[in-house]
Amino acid sequence: MTVTFLILAALTLAGTVAAMAMRNLIHCVLALTLGFAGLAALYLLLGAQFVGFTQILVYVGAVAILAVFVIMMTQSAIPAMQSIFSSFWVAGSVVAAAVFAVLAWAICRSGFASQVLPPVEAAVHPIGDALMHGYVLPLEIMGLLLTAAMIGAVVLAMHEKRRTP
Amino acid sequence: MSPLTGYLLLSALIFSVGLAGALTRRSAILVLIGIELMLNAANLNFIAFWRYGPNPQALTGIMFAIFSIGIAAAEAAVGLGIILAAYRHSKTTELDQMNSMKG
Repeated sequence: MTVTFLILAALTLAGTVAAMAMRNLIHCVLALTLGFAGLAALYLLLGAQFVGFTQILVYVGAVAILAVFVIMMTQSAIPAMQSIFSSFWVAGSVVAAAVFAVLAWAICRSGFASQVLPPVEAAVHPIGDALMHGYVLPLEIMGLLLTAAMIGAVVLAMHEKRRTP
Repeated sequence: MSPLTGYLLLSALIFSVGLAGALTRRSAILVLIGIELMLNAANLNFIAFWRYGPNPQALTGIMFAIFSIGIAAAEAAVGLGIILAAYRHSKTTELDQMNSMKG
């Protein structure tokens, strides 16, 4: 429980809560970038550099920008005057609070030993080694999945052409 | 409180915030973002258990997190494409108004 962890945790939580609670969707995505960047910093703090920078590249660089594009293309940045929450928000909040209560209860009950570990660093070289040897089949399947998802997203988002008889 | 407990509690909080957003917001885009947040909470768990687990040299948690990030990217792309297609069909991204499946 270092000060660094507490600061980063507070930043991440503030970003995620703001992303879920703000009215303007563009502001939501900006707050979400703060949350994602905080998570990346937490990964760096844990010694997982590769995952941290992948997080920044994929989430801050790609997913957030994609969400901003969709918000602008659908002109839904500022919602109508009605509430931003749906009609069953009470049940949703109760379910989320119950899930957190159960998770926190389980975590606090399990009692992880607070041993002091030597700093672990996952260098990029062993990760690349593992990806190219032990995990090469999942890597190829992931590439296939990403290609299929890209084609699928393009086909879904493409304008439907009127068929001329 | 051990460091691992701190990370797990933070991850549970992020998961709950994402779940609350996915269940309560009206905008379909924010529902998708809430799901992304839940996936990120799972990634934080993987990394924390990798760091404080018994055998960090095996890199299992790192691999899980990398593949999970890839899956989440594919999910976001397809989900946002579906939202665009639904918007073109029903002229709205509010979930309360998307109440018909028939074209």
